[in-house]
Amino acid sequence: MSSLLIKGASLLGTTTADVLVEDGVIGFVGRAASASERVETAETVVDADGLVLLPGLVDLHTHLREPGREDAETVRTGSEAAAAGGYTSVLAMANTNPVTDTAEAAERVLDLGRAAGIVDVQPVGAVTKALEGQELAELGLMARSRAKVRVFSDDGKCVADARVMRRALEYVKAFGGVISQHSQDPSLAPHAACCHEGPISGELGLPGWPGVAEEVIVARDVMLARHTGSRVHVAHVSTAGSVEVVRWAKAQGIDVTAEVTPHHLLLTTDLLRGYDPTFKVNPPLRPQEDVEALRTALADGTIDAVATDHAPHARHDKEHAFVDAAFGMLGLETALSVVATVMGEQMDWSRIADVMSVNPARIAGLDGHGRAIAEGQPANLALIDPSASYVVDRNASLSLSRNNPWHGRTVTGRVVGTWLRGQRTFG
Amino acid sequence: MKKHLLSIDDVTADDIAALFETAAEMHDVQRREVKKLPALRGRTIINLFFEDSTRTRSSFEIAGKWLSADVINLSAKGSSTSKGESLRDTVLTVTAMGIDGLVMRHSASGAAHQVAQWLDVPVINAGDGMHEHPTQALLDAYTLTRHLGTLEGKHVAIIGDLTHSRVFRSNIKSLAKLGARVTVVAPPTLMPSGVGPWSARAGFATSYDLDGVLAGEYGPVDAVMMLRVQKERMSGGYFPTAREYTVGYGLTRGRLAMLQPGTPILHPGPMNRGLEISPDAADAADSLILDQVSAGVAVRMAVLYHLLAGEETGA
Repeated sequence: MSSLLIKGASLLGTTTADVLVEDGVIGFVGRAASASERVETAETVVDADGLVLLPGLVDLHTHLREPGREDAETVRTGSEAAAAGGYTSVLAMANTNPVTDTAEAAERVLDLGRAAGIVDVQPVGAVTKALEGQELAELGLMARSRAKVRVFSDDGKCVADARVMRRALEYVKAFGGVISQHSQDPSLAPHAACCHEGPISGELGLPGWPGVAEEVIVARDVMLARHTGSRVHVAHVSTAGSVEVVRWAKAQGIDVTAEVTPHHLLLTTDLLRGYDPTFKVNPPLRPQEDVEALRTALADGTIDAVATDHAPHARHDKEHAFVDAAFGMLGLETALSVVATVMGEQMDWSRIADVMSVNPARIAGLDGHGRAIAEGQPANLALIDPSASYVVDRNASLSLSRNNPWHGRTVTGRVVGTWLRGQRTFG
Repeated sequence: MKKHLLSIDDVTADDIAALFETAAEMHDVQRREVKKLPALRGRTIINLFFEDSTRTRSSFEIAGKWLSADVINLSAKGSSTSKGESLRDTVLTVTAMGIDGLVMRHSASGAAHQVAQWLDVPVINAGDGMHEHPTQALLDAYTLTRHLGTLEGKHVAIIGDLTHSRVFRSNIKSLAKLGARVTVVAPPTLMPSGVGPWSARAGFATSYDLDGVLAGEYGPVDAVMMLRVQKERMSGGYFPTAREYTVGYGLTRGRLAMLQPGTPILHPGPMNRGLEISPDAADAADSLILDQVSAGVAVRMAVLYHLLAGEETGA
């Protein structure tokens, strides 16, 4: 029997306790002095004095790029980056090459994740074949596969056709699935759109991506969710208007959840003034008013989860003219630090655990994650030094890519250890 | 002056005055029988055009040649895509040949800014997407200054497709630096996004009503600058028909009569006669459209001279 004792950690930042892990399961939580020789004979002891212990984080929105773009990221390197960020499970988006739109493709991603063995990699299935938005992908077969897919998304593209979205929402009710929508009306924000539409896009002459292009889809989808009695998840909410719609929909009892990325909680459109494609992301960085609304909505529970939208890109795919460069930025390694830095005053560690572990696990239907730190639970854990400040260095990343918008920024709150079912995966 | 000319933000009012002084000398050279000056002898300039252009490219080419530089035109058509060579690789390859200056046109806003960060040689922006076209704005201001004496306190109306216009975006800055007041006119669909806060900050006025502006609602108009309107904009739903655009925003014969005699008319070209500008206006005595073209060579000679003549040669 392998055993690990994490001594003197502050559980969720509230009560200080010792946590004994035996064979990947939490065997004891309390004061070690009161416990038996099980504790005294622990093989590994971690002194966690002054540190905060959280359930392992769960990312609803990760791009691992494998299969297809193994030069930008692989399941293994993405898993390493995730573990370094305190994650024990990530949902791998379907926009790989080939697309995860069949049971076989989903099982392949699952198996790559298991082979790496660093985080639980849960495949997201495409909503439509080849992400083309026309015909439903084999949602049921993906759900019945070994990968047990429950979250479906055409992320990167919006399921723009209302009829297709309606059918998808209806269909996944049979197996408790959820559609995670990339909300972008393509007629209002076509592919070239790359800068929040406003004074800065006007000045810079960049094609505008107006907030309303997101809001009309969020509004439509919550009404479709109500009509179908199904469940919709709004990926990477980025505007105050979308927040208002989600808030209203929840008040109506509509089954809707929403996520926000760390970058939309801090970075703003102004960063595009230098035309640095590192800051090109979809949906785009928004003005400060939207950032404020997103923070409030995360704090008050309107937004359920923080999801990274970790989007690695090879350097040369970012070295094009701004409108031609790839969308996306890294996020796995820095997410917790950014959230702690930005939201620390409005949210305690318990609430941060809710939005980064408990709620995402619930939304994705991952039973083994986002659990209480209590006896009998799987030992998926993240240990945080809440007072450690550090400067983000993109070259220190475990990701294969370097499109890191946080490079050079100082953040506070650092992951110092991660365990997946008792196995140390970081630190 | 700064090393690069990427935006009008890169030049001060004093820089512009110095450029105009040089441009005036260069302008005189244009009238000589032997036009070549030795200023840039032995220097190599590449005109790297990722987007089609006839007048700007040939204007830069003539400017460089009259300064005795070796000028090479490279067309890199087909803007880079995620599948093709990266912009960085393209420009590094071109400059590795050993050049002293890069004149660059690209269909993407910001491309010249990005390139300047990767290169050691001066980069001159010959138009980047919808963003800026600084030498066009300088030649416009130079032309107007020669005609009006000064731009201080003058009121310039800019009319047309503002959303997609780099000429507008550079002019708004250069005219402000030279003390002119600007009113921009377009239908709401061709007004840039967020123009309200932007115009408040940058100090220009906006209007949807060309007749009101020409009638002096924003003060007497001292100069009119018409912008090209691409007919393709109709398919984008920016306006219903060419006829309707002309009725609302064209410099028609009727509107020409509203101008004070002697009010200069500018257009960066190429013109859509009959759409944004009537033949009466284009060919009017007060039209400076051909003056702009000849001033273009002089101003670009001045820019090349100021940016490249002081530089060490690549050899």
